Amino acid sequence: MATATEEKKAATPAQPVFGRKERKLLSDPLDSNNPITVQVLGICSALAVTVQMKPAFFMSLGVIFVTMMSNLFISLLRNAIPARVRIIVQLAVVSSFVILVDQVLKAYFYDVSKQLSVFVGLIVTNCIVMGRLEAFAMGNKPFPSLIDGIGNGIGYGAILMVVAFFRELLGSGSVFGFKVFEAMGINYIGNGVMVYPVGACIVIGLVIWAQRARNGMVETE
Amino acid sequence: MHVTEWWKQNKDKGDNNMENLISIGVRSIFVDNMIFAYFLGMCSYLAVSKKVKTAIGLGAAVIFVLGITIPLNWLVYNYFLKPGAMAWTGIDALKDIDLSFIGLIIYISVIAAFVQLTEMAVEKLSPALYAALGIFLPLIAVNCSILGGALFMIGRPYNLAEATTFGLGSGIGWFLAVVALAAIREKLKYSQVPAPLRGLGITFIIVGLMSFGFLSFMGFSI
Repeated sequence: MATATEEKKAATPAQPVFGRKERKLLSDPLDSNNPITVQVLGICSALAVTVQMKPAFFMSLGVIFVTMMSNLFISLLRNAIPARVRIIVQLAVVSSFVILVDQVLKAYFYDVSKQLSVFVGLIVTNCIVMGRLEAFAMGNKPFPSLIDGIGNGIGYGAILMVVAFFRELLGSGSVFGFKVFEAMGINYIGNGVMVYPVGACIVIGLVIWAQRARNGMVETE
Repeated sequence: MHVTEWWKQNKDKGDNNMENLISIGVRSIFVDNMIFAYFLGMCSYLAVSKKVKTAIGLGAAVIFVLGITIPLNWLVYNYFLKPGAMAWTGIDALKDIDLSFIGLIIYISVIAAFVQLTEMAVEKLSPALYAALGIFLPLIAVNCSILGGALFMIGRPYNLAEATTFGLGSGIGWFLAVVALAAIREKLKYSQVPAPLRGLGITFIIVGLMSFGFLSFMGFSI
């Protein structure tokens, strides 16, 4: 792994700080390499916190922060971590950042932290964080790892917001707590199915369908 | 002292009778199913549900690990982390200490350490079982249902027996869910699904419909 990166460095001596490669790292997870719809990582929380947009928004911010920081720190430590105990080291780094997020939410946004309940804590085992650490941060320099963390966090957040938008709109007739249908003068009765877990699975299935129909990805079994 | 008091309290309330335990068990298997009600452990759920045989392997490993780590974490929480939990040491300085804010890092360490130990023990003692479970055991440390179970258990006023029942029940619920989905997906290979929906898309919709079925257990109690 180390030789490969060294070769690349020799081939492109004068690289801009934020060049094409970095931009690709940031934009790929939004579409063609999305952590939820393509890499199938971090599904649990994507389904569980999307009943309303507000908690989904805070959850996305939390995940972006954790993926960013833990990617950066694991990348800095990558040569010091023995391969055999790397999972425990990674978990320790990740859970320190999650505790930070949890305490900040509890202190400043208590109602949101109540709504998210155990799911903030579960960022520790969110496969996006671990997946990116294993797949990227363990073999790359700190700066690209930081960008990769931000990109994947945003890719995760984007899907979360789309799913939460439909679930809140159809389930309770509101967007970010604002009653849309009431404001338009339409009497809308919320669709209970959308509030239940059932709605999450079906909406995310349809989102995956739409996205894959657009970029032409087909899974072969 | 602490322990005996606690047992007495619970005996008085009648919390330890069989009926209560069965009710918790049934609830955690069907009503509060880890997959269909909370979506915990979804990543590995989707990844291993292609074949019934592998699904049974991972499901069994989840039951085992949940059934042991939840009581373990219960002990850790109640004797070390809870506000005032360390009163049993009799040291004044430790009496009022509250360590619950570092809970997360402790629970995940307990889980990861236990999984690692089990893996080593199984490898030494039973190579056949290791061959069957081997690849799944390390996966379990990062299965959200294990940590999720621990966090739910902390949030509810369970005693040790109830926590163990809850752990085993949740594991059995996960096992049922994964084997059922694997059976459906084995049949799905022979059906005509629109190309972009193939694989992950249709699997999600099936999980949604299965979860719909499990909704009928809601409000069900014995």
